[in-house]
This record gives sequence, C-alpha cells and structure tokens, in this order.
Amino acid sequence: MFKSLAPPEYLATIDREKCIRCKRCIQNCGWGVYSWGGDKILINTSKCVKCLRCYHYCPEEAIEIKDNPTKFKNNAYWSFHHIRNIKRQAETGGIPLTGMGSDQNYPILFDNLMIDACQVTNPSIDPLREPMELRTYLGKKPSSVKIEKGKDGKLKLQTKMPPQIKLDLPIIFSPMSFGSISLNAQKVLAMAAKECGTVMNTGEGGLHEDLFPYKSNIMVQVASGRFGVNPDYLNAGVAVEIKIGQGAKPGIGGHLPGEKIPLEVAKTRMIPVGTDAISPAPQHDIYSIEDLRQLIYAIKEATNYKPVSVKIAAVHNVAAIASGIVRAGADIVYLDGFRGGTGAAPSIIRDHLGIPIEHAIAAVDDRLRQEGIRNEASIVAAGGIRSSADAAKAIALGADACAIATSALITMGCTTCGKCYTGNCSWGITTQRPELTARLDPEVYAERLINLLHAWTHELKEILGALGINSIDSLRGNRERLRGIGLDTQTLDILGVKPAGR
Amino acid sequence: MFEIDAKGSYYRDLNNKVRDAISKGEKEITLKNINGQYYIGDGLREKVSIIIEGVPGNDLAAFMDGPTIRIKSNAQDNIGNTMNSGKVIIEGNAGDVLGYGMRGGKLHVRGDVGYRVGIHMKGDKKQAPTIVVGGTAGDFFGEYMAGGLLILLGLDENDPRPIVGDYLGTGMHGGMIFIRGEVDEKLCGAEVGIMDPDADDLKVLKAALTDYCNDLGLNLDEIMKKSFKKLIPVSLRPYGNLYAY
Amino acid sequence: MNHNYQKDISGCGLTGLISKKKNRLSGSHIVKSLCLMNDRGNGLGAGYAAYGIYPEFKDFYAFHIMYDEPSVRWTVEEYLKSNYHLEKIEEIPTFPVKAISISPLLVRYFMKPLKDKLVGDIQEADFVVNTVMKVNSEIEGAYIFSSGKNMGAFKGVGNPCDIAEFFRIEDYEGYIWTAHTRFPTNTPGWWGGAHPFTLLDWSIVHNGEISSYGINKRYLEMYGYKLTLLTDTEVAAYLLDLLIRRHGLDIPTACLALAAPFWKNIDNKDEDEREALTALRQAYGSALLNGPFSILFGHSKGLVGINDRIKLRPLVAAIKDDITYMASEESAIRAICPTPEKVWAPRAGEAVIVNLED
Repeated sequence: MFKSLAPPEYLATIDREKCIRCKRCIQNCGWGVYSWGGDKILINTSKCVKCLRCYHYCPEEAIEIKDNPTKFKNNAYWSFHHIRNIKRQAETGGIPLTGMGSDQNYPILFDNLMIDACQVTNPSIDPLREPMELRTYLGKKPSSVKIEKGKDGKLKLQTKMPPQIKLDLPIIFSPMSFGSISLNAQKVLAMAAKECGTVMNTGEGGLHEDLFPYKSNIMVQVASGRFGVNPDYLNAGVAVEIKIGQGAKPGIGGHLPGEKIPLEVAKTRMIPVGTDAISPAPQHDIYSIEDLRQLIYAIKEATNYKPVSVKIAAVHNVAAIASGIVRAGADIVYLDGFRGGTGAAPSIIRDHLGIPIEHAIAAVDDRLRQEGIRNEASIVAAGGIRSSADAAKAIALGADACAIATSALITMGCTTCGKCYTGNCSWGITTQRPELTARLDPEVYAERLINLLHAWTHELKEILGALGINSIDSLRGNRERLRGIGLDTQTLDILGVKPAGR
Repeated sequence: MFEIDAKGSYYRDLNNKVRDAISKGEKEITLKNINGQYYIGDGLREKVSIIIEGVPGNDLAAFMDGPTIRIKSNAQDNIGNTMNSGKVIIEGNAGDVLGYGMRGGKLHVRGDVGYRVGIHMKGDKKQAPTIVVGGTAGDFFGEYMAGGLLILLGLDENDPRPIVGDYLGTGMHGGMIFIRGEVDEKLCGAEVGIMDPDADDLKVLKAALTDYCNDLGLNLDEIMKKSFKKLIPVSLRPYGNLYAY
Repeated sequence: MNHNYQKDISGCGLTGLISKKKNRLSGSHIVKSLCLMNDRGNGLGAGYAAYGIYPEFKDFYAFHIMYDEPSVRWTVEEYLKSNYHLEKIEEIPTFPVKAISISPLLVRYFMKPLKDKLVGDIQEADFVVNTVMKVNSEIEGAYIFSSGKNMGAFKGVGNPCDIAEFFRIEDYEGYIWTAHTRFPTNTPGWWGGAHPFTLLDWSIVHNGEISSYGINKRYLEMYGYKLTLLTDTEVAAYLLDLLIRRHGLDIPTACLALAAPFWKNIDNKDEDEREALTALRQAYGSALLNGPFSILFGHSKGLVGINDRIKLRPLVAAIKDDITYMASEESAIRAICPTPEKVWAPRAGEAVIVNLED
C-alpha cells in the first residue's frame, strides 16, 4: 500500500525498561496504536491522536506521547496543517474532517476583557456568607407586569406569564446528540443537570428512554434531520429547540458517520443501522423567516406552548437575524460562536466561517435593545466558554446564560484531541463502540461534572461579590463593569465597553 | 358529527375549539369555511376524524399522532410535517414539502404535489410512513429518504408534464419509492437504484394502493394496469468517501 | 447608545421630611438638618427639592434650567416657545455667597405644552419627558434640572449651607422637602451633577453607588430614556418614572422591583405571592438596583425612603405629629425634631412610604 506522505503528528513512545508488558495500553487505546508483538508492545504511531488514555492507564508511567519532531520545513505561511491537509487530500480526494471547536490562532476577545471590582466607593460583598443569587429564568418576559393587592393585603399577579425555564446557575449544556456522543455521556450530562438545577439538550438524535427520568432537566432539539422527533419527544422536556446552525459549521448540515450508528442509535433516530445520518444544511421547511415563525408556532401548537429556543451560528449579520428570530416568536435565541465545538465538521468550514461569540452577543443584545424587544427573548451564548470568567464576561456583554459542551466533556476525560468524528474515542465519550462506552461510568463522571459546576458557581459568586452585586440580574448586560485591553476603537465600540484606564 | 364554523377565525381559537371538542368526546368533527388557518391537527393524539371544507393553511397535521383528516379541496404547504401516525386524505392538490421527516401514518393525495415531497422520511420495523400521490410531483421527491414508502401514480394520462421532477431520491439511504410508468435515470440522484418490483414488492404496493383507492374512490385494477418501477438506495453510505479521516 | 463616558461616583448624606396634612414648612428646617451632616459631603455639591412651593403656578410645569452661557438660553427658549405656552419666565433668585464665585445662569419657566402638539397617543407627561431628554442630550450647555408642577429643585457646587444661602432656601415653603450633601470622588465642578435629580414630579436624593448602573442604564435606554448625567442616581429617577407612571405599578410594588426580595424569601411565600414576586423579578431583573444605596424619592403625592436589600447604606425614619422624617443619620432628624414620637431604622429593602392626605 502506498505509504501516506502526511507524516504522523505524534510519536507514541514506550520506555522499554519501565514497560512491564501488562498490555493495558493495548486495551485502552481505541485507535489501534498498540499491538502485541509476542514479546513486546508494537507501536503504530501514525494512528496516535494524543488523547492520552494510554498515558493515564500505564501503571509504570512508561508511555510518553511526543509531538513528532520530524516536521515540514519551518514556514510562517505554509503551516504544518496546510501542507498536511493538501497531502491527505491528494491521497483521498476527500474533505479533511475535524472535531472540537476551532484551534486556530484567531484573537480571543474574552482574553482581552477584564472584569471590574469594587474598592472603597462601593463595597464588594462577601459571597460566602452574604446572599448571592445566580438564579436565571430563560424565556420571554413581559415588558411590564400587573400586580394587584388582594383584600388580605397579599399580592396577586394579573399578567399571564409566558413559560420560563428555571436555572439555578446561568450555565446550561449545549446540545450533543445520542450518536455524536455515547448514551453514557448523555447520562452524565442529564444527571449533572438534575443535580445542579440546569438543563441538558438532546441535540438532534432523539431521546433515549434511559433519559426519561431526567425530563424536567432536558431541552429537546428539532433539527433538519428530524431524528427522533415525535409528540412524546416534543412534550418530554422543558423546552424545544429548533436548530438552524452550529458555530463550528455555520451554514452546513450535520453528518453522523455510519461508524457511529449501531442499533440503539439507529432505533432512536429511526434510520437504518450503519447508514450515515444526514442532517441537511437547511431545514427544508424553512427557507425564509416567515417559515421559521411557522415552525415555531407549529411546535407551540403541538406542545401546548412550551418555550421554543432557536439556535443559530454566529455569522456576520447575526444581529438582524436574531431580531427576526425574536419577532418570529422564539422565547430563546441561542447563539453559537465560531469556536463552538462539533463532533464532525470539515476543517475548512470550522476554521473559516462565522464570527466570535463575543461580537455576536454584543451585536445581538444591542440590536434587541435598540428595537425595544430585548425582553421578548433570552439570549444563550455558546461557543468556547472555557471558564466561569468567560461566562461572566459573556453575561456582562448581554447573554442571559451560557451553554457549555467541551468544558463538560473535559470532565469526562476529553483532552480535546479533536477526533470525535472517527467514533474511536478512547474515553468512551464520542464513540458508540460498546467496549469503549462502558468505560464512562455515568455515576462516577457525573460527580466530576457536578464538581465543575459547583466550582464555577463559587467562582461566579466571587466575581459578583467583587463587583458589589448580589444577583446575576445586575451583571447581565452590565458592560460598564468590563474594560478592554489591547482592543481597537472599533472593536470596543462594537462590544460597548471602554478601554482599561477609562 | 360535530361542526365548527371556522369563518374568519384565527388558528389559535380554531385549534382550541377542536381540542375542546375532542376532550368532550367528539369523534367526528367537521370544520366548515376553512380558509388558510395554520396548524390544524398539530400534535393531536386521539383517533378522531376531522373533515375540512375549504383550503386549510400550512403545517397541517404537523407532529400529528392519531387523527384522520380529510381535506375536501386543495391543501397548502408542509402537510404532515414530522407526523407520527394517523392519516391525511387530500381530495385535491397539495403544495411543497409534504411529509417532511414523517415517521408514520399516511398521506393520500388525489392530485399533484409540489417540490420536496416525502423528504427525510424515516421508518423502522415498528412503524413506517406512506405517502401516495395520484398526480405528479416536483423536484427532490424523496430526498434524504431513510425509511417508509413513497408512491407516485401520475394518473392523469392527459397531463403533458413529466410525472416527477429532477433530483429524484437524491441522498436516499433507506425506504422505497414506487413510480408508475418509466423513470428517467438522468433524474435520479446518484444514490438511487432503479429496478422492477418483485412479487413481495407488489404485495406491499397493492396493500398501500388498496387503502388509497378506498379513500379516494379509485379503481385499483385500473391503476395496476401500468407497470411500476421501484427505487431503492444502492448504498447505505452514499457519502462514505466524501471525507478524509 | 453611548458607552464611552466616565461615570461619576460619590458618597453623601441625605435628609427629607413630609407633612401629611400639607402644612407648608419653611426651607430653614431642612437646611438645618442637612447642615448637621456637613461631614458626609466634601463641599462639592449640595441640593434641595421642595413640593408645594409654587401654589400660584400649580397647574404649570416649572422648568428650572441652568445655562453655561447666556447664548444657549435663546436656543432653548426658541424651542420651548414653539412647543409650550410660557406663562412666566424669570431668573431664579440667587444671593451672593463668598464661597460660590462661579455659577451658571439659572432661569425658571412656568409653562404648558401647546394643545396642538399633543397629537395622537402622546400624553402630556410623555411630551414633557421628551422635551427634557431632548434639551439635556442635544443642546450643549443647557440642562433642565427640574420639570415638575408646584415643585422645584435647587442645587449646585458648594457645601449645604452655602447652597442654601445662595438660593435662599429658607424663603421657600413646601410640604415635602428632600436634601442632599455630596462627596464626589472626582471634581467635576458641574452644577448639574449635584442632587436631587428630578424628572416631572419625581425627585431623587441618593447615597451610595448603584453597582448595577450599567444594565439599569441600558434597560432604560430601551424605553427611550437618555441618560446624560453620567451618574447613577439618574437611573433611579427614570426607573421610578417607567415603573410607576408608564407601567402602572403602585409605589410599594415598584419598590419590590427595585429592591427585590431574595429568591429564598420569595420561594417561602404562599403560592399567589410567590407567583407575583417571581414574575416581578423575571420582568424587572434589569431594573433591580444593586449595590449600596439609600434613596429618598419625592413625588406630587408623597415621600418614599428605601435602601438596598442587604442594607449597605443607612436610613433612619421618625414621626412627630403629621410629619415624617427620614435621613442618613438620626441626629439630622433630632436637629429639627428633638423629641419624635417614634424613631426606627427601616430594614433592608423595606420601603417607608408616606402619602399626603387628600
């Protein structure tokens, strides 16, 4: 066979003196890097993706995964990936796929925004002993409410409130379907969502019956493939999301490769085993904004008016699009920035389409305020939220809540190797191979994800305390408490924040 | 028989009246003077019968799971969107995107249908949807088909238009399409194989058409006089080689 | 939406009183009360608001306008004349005070919108608010600092006693008074920056910094308010206008929105109240005043005192006969009412609401 001229990215190495030939590396590697040669472990390093499963499970610390020192000649313009992709394309005629959000070196606005703190003129608040509120309600809010006082002196609401999703913290989980991730990974999300008072999102892959007990912490998704969508499904969760686009692949559809469609996934999606599950780029019943309105209200009619979220990728004209979505009747606008993750996307799309979430939040929040309809829908921001600080900044820019996916997967073992589309994930996350998914014990890993949310909760409270406010309400859209460093005037203007020092 | 006069009423009020009647135990409901009301029958799960007089609006029977709806005239777009079970009989023509993502139940159309009909239909051993169209269809008939049954009859022999448009069954990876008469290979997506139906196929076809003919007062033998072509996917993974891993 | 401003911050002291029976009291009382708290300010701003001071013009909007230079006056008056009937124009009487060497030109107008300007749905009050927003945001060097009926604000850069003397506050008689001494942490030297802040009949004096200012401002901008003063107190005035006048909430309910109870306490209420308070917080999350504050707000029918929901700023209230007093310090009340019948410190977020008798 013609040997690939694309050199391996990583060198898997074993210290032969330390190796006790326990073969754990062979068992653990989902990629087939290691095999048994009769007297020693053999290594096929071209298969290595540096997911580090073998490293963690080697009892002797004999394994080291190095970046391949053999590189193409240094070239500031022709990067390793440019050359490698061309070679792979020359060999296959295919589109190089990738998983995860973009790893390219674009500016990261979150890292150029600093959060304010109180000193003297107003007090910071002790978040551990004084009240600190993160509770967030997603949904349409009336611009005003009517409240009357009864004869008993008690307040009585006269306004009929639109349905709201109650969150104990302003963090939800991004949609990831059964198929793109394992059922065990979905269970981890569902269990953590229930424990922490937030919601997970089915993505477009239907709702497996094992998740029914978590229904009150689940948002179900309807996308162009309509996988698993039936009346039970629509009515199962707290809300229904219409997926128009995804930050990692704006304007293109989904493609779950046949490797990831065993019987259970096929059943939930109602398609043949081993086919590629195709979610077309558009929803074929939405070719215009009035069609979106039509689908939103079809879902509302079919669910006795559950809240409807509309998820879009952050693209150039995101403000006007979001305004249209709100006017079409959505209760939530879910914005996914170009750093957002994916199970599979052509790298050419992932790395070159869309805009960062920071710009998108600012533009959408501004536009909805200018049009006087900001209360008509909540904004959920996603696409590369790496820490509670990113979340706080996104909320200060104008989001009601953030959605996280990669951060949640990292608690399950993900090392962001970016090979989710192969279905070989050695951590049992983005795979359907039973011997791999069995590694992800939902109970054990739910605990870790819960820990993460608890830690972020504490951190958000610390941030609020430093800001001298005791409710997340007062951070939301409070751009006065952000300052930019190293940002140009126009970017600052778009973000609506002052430069540090002002 | 329970009647609702829908003249000038907005869909929310109309649908509330329908739901109300169903909850009171009505089994047969006639909607009079319908014109353009959206979402009739959406999400309904009871095995009731609804007769519609007038042209109903878009997204009729979306997510529907049980009722039988008979439309005594033409119908508009998006009928049977992601429908799960039940039946919609249309005595006239219907518009674009019928039975999108349909999972079960039947759509019986006497006349012509528009573009993108029966796309992304699903199906498994437990349930599968059926769409039968008496007239002609536009482009993208059965696009992305993953399951179920699509039958196109072209009954009006005097209609000079081709029975079906371009990009027939493009992206098909499951299910079955029957077309009465010959099929021009050039119109088909690369994923589609054209063949003659075998005895088992004809059983399936006849069963579906018997029900169709009963609903619309047509003669099965007349229809069966002309031969059919069967279209099925040639590959489970039409796009297996699209990507470089 | 301009974000590129520098927000003004300041500490301060405040005091206020109301005669429920509408007995008009000389300004000398409030001056005495405020001057006792001189040390809470730093001499860079003080002001007074009084209700019932213009009985002979009670049906006219009393605009107090400060002009940085006389030439702007004509621009503004041209505009006013084309929209209002001007019953009377006069310079606000002022008196030389040694410590105050520079002051803007101060003019007051008693006026009514021209009938033919109130077309369509436009309410008279909205029309007046629009005028205030327009002049304050678009005409440089002019600033309307009072726009209600039968009430007025008097304020400037100086310490409480000097400002009182400058305006001869003791010559005015009103049945509601509020007053404020200021400790700005920068030196704006701008008369408009002093408290009270007013809009229509609303007047606000405020102690503390509203840490939620950024979102309160953007929330108000969505409803057409133009926040021009670079200070957080302004948002309190406009929020009250929005919630009470435009959204129709009564004063206690509006206070529940601005200094909302904690979720924990809402969750413990019975169903009806829980539902009402939850909806109130859901709808008015961006109107929540967060951070340290105590506020007195006067209006044509009464006086309200409220502080933040974890009581980071002081507020003391007292009653004697038909008069209710509220101030940052008890001593400021005792200075003018040595033996009140009742003295108490309102709890966090608990509004003290006093209405005039009809």
